[in-house]
Amino acid sequence: MSIPRTIIEKIWDAHVVSQQEGAPALLYIDLQLVHEVTSPQAFDGLRARGLKVRRPDLTFGTVDHSTPTTPRSLPILDPVAAAQVARLESNCTEFGIPFFGFHSPDQGVVHVIGPEQGLTQPGMTVVCGDSHTATHGAFGALAFGIGTSEVEMVLATQCLLQRPSRSFKVEVSGALKPGVSAKDIILALIARIGVSGGTGSVFEFRGAAIGALSMEERMTVCNMAIEGGARAGLVAPDDTTYQYLAGRPFAPKGAEWDRALARWNALPTGDGAVYDREVSMDAGELEPMITFGTNPGMGIPVSGVVPDPAGVADAAERGALVKALSYMGLAPGQPLAGQPIDVVFIGSCTNGRMADMRAAAGVLQGRKVSPKVRVLVVPGSQQVKRQAEAEGLDRIFREAGAEWREPGCSMCIAMNGDQLAPGQYSVSTSNRNFEGRQGKGGRTFLASPLTAAASAVMGAVADVRTLA
Amino acid sequence: MNKFTQFASHMVAIIADNVDTDQIIPARFLKTISKEGLGDQLFYDWRYDAEGKPKADFILNHPLAKQAQILLTGNNFGCGSSREHAPWALTQYGFRAVVAPSFADIFKQNALKNSLLPIEVSRPTHELLLQMHLENPMLRVRIDLEKQRLILPTGQGIKFPIDEFARRCLLDGVDDIGYVLGQEAAIAAYEARRELAVNTLG
Repeated sequence: MSIPRTIIEKIWDAHVVSQQEGAPALLYIDLQLVHEVTSPQAFDGLRARGLKVRRPDLTFGTVDHSTPTTPRSLPILDPVAAAQVARLESNCTEFGIPFFGFHSPDQGVVHVIGPEQGLTQPGMTVVCGDSHTATHGAFGALAFGIGTSEVEMVLATQCLLQRPSRSFKVEVSGALKPGVSAKDIILALIARIGVSGGTGSVFEFRGAAIGALSMEERMTVCNMAIEGGARAGLVAPDDTTYQYLAGRPFAPKGAEWDRALARWNALPTGDGAVYDREVSMDAGELEPMITFGTNPGMGIPVSGVVPDPAGVADAAERGALVKALSYMGLAPGQPLAGQPIDVVFIGSCTNGRMADMRAAAGVLQGRKVSPKVRVLVVPGSQQVKRQAEAEGLDRIFREAGAEWREPGCSMCIAMNGDQLAPGQYSVSTSNRNFEGRQGKGGRTFLASPLTAAASAVMGAVADVRTLA
Repeated sequence: MNKFTQFASHMVAIIADNVDTDQIIPARFLKTISKEGLGDQLFYDWRYDAEGKPKADFILNHPLAKQAQILLTGNNFGCGSSREHAPWALTQYGFRAVVAPSFADIFKQNALKNSLLPIEVSRPTHELLLQMHLENPMLRVRIDLEKQRLILPTGQGIKFPIDEFARRCLLDGVDDIGYVLGQEAAIAAYEARRELAVNTLG
């Protein structure tokens, strides 16, 4: 009998093209997604070497980071951003790569459109010049972010030189309580293991609480694997995965679907397979989570208080906490609930899908956002936007006093003009609370769409479970 | 690529853990389609005030930091985004090595592709280096890639880990695309036995 393998090992083994003495494995890549920010220098590299894109049929492009979220009838006002968007489109055209341009009816955030189109499938290796590529791991794919040199390598060869990662089992048992969501699972994990806890590893999320999540919720969990230091995170495919995939434009059809299904069903980790590391959590014990500091590991339950540096033994950790609290303008021991805020951002590759729009709209229906707060709701894609509008969610957002905008990365990365002013506070459904991430001097509290919507109503950090 | 052999330099210290790529180069500078001109944007928001004037209390603005080719920093350096603009900015500023107890995975890969050595040292070595640096900011450290050693002025050599393949590429001054292009036969053979997963062309 062969040794039982994890899903991570199975995908890895199936993609090793060659393994030469003294060199990393040559790993085949099934799908590369490209966007405007991390690809132009890679295409320049190809031109300089006189190389073609080896497999345009395994490559797909879109624009999302630098694009404004104002109506598409308006031009891109920032000439530098406009040039970058135009360059992605001209590069894709020159090299024969299909893409959704700025005016495409299917444009969206790269990690939203891949799954939406059925491009992301179980057992695949997926890369993109973007650290949130782990999102695609929700389908049981080995998906990870790469730098621009590696983007060029994959464009030229469809391969990457890689050393295997360690496997890290994240077992989430139990069931989430009302008001607690997928975002809270991942924020709680990162608060526990820290932002480098998963370095060198790939997470496999499993357990009853993960099995009960929808595909969109699983994407939220996998999306932030990198925030725990892991390049990738994944969930083994199951019926939830297959139901989501069936009928999507690029999903296999007919007899091909049946053959694919047989392959996919063989992916889950074998009984008795050994992981390099393990951690377990009980979803039933989780509360809505929120970050208070300047990295995603600085998170607490929304009903909690800001930690006191005096209670931290390690000098480096204590110093980091002092610096973070100073940047955030928060005092040790203060409750975060009730902390006034200026902006709420609902969107991003973490929480810009239909489930997130519905969750936020459910809170805002029949309520008004605080007049002191600007609320941006940014759907993750044109498809999400259309679906939300078909369900009347845009009306709920507008009537509540929120802005309903065009798709893109928007205030998650603040490259497109959607940004905080210095000193402003946001509650954001995005993935990073680094200094200046949402605009120079801006202060970010990361949370779920439910927490963000409740905070929008209260004009302050709020617990959705206590909303009147 | 130039061959990377050895060099000596004094250090500049940014002692903080989890220095993320948004600090190394803020996202608003990523709208460029070029690799050039990023050295001036390195640590921009720590380095310059709201008017764009250098902040006197930030180490890269200190006269002693000029010409330093080694950055001494904390755990998990380069966490966050996959932007290769981070090592581009560091090398264009003049850094050739970053010394830290640990690095984020993607940053480490990106650094190696750009002849920027991510040198992992133990906690005690890190503390020793910092102490020596604080006592004498102009203290020169030699980094010898051939011998895989960080060499102190006392002559003491400290071995550092580095991927053997990456080390070979750096010493030979070649990037790895050529190596992979050379495996065309293996790639074609793999493609011939590979089961179709997706066709983005429809």
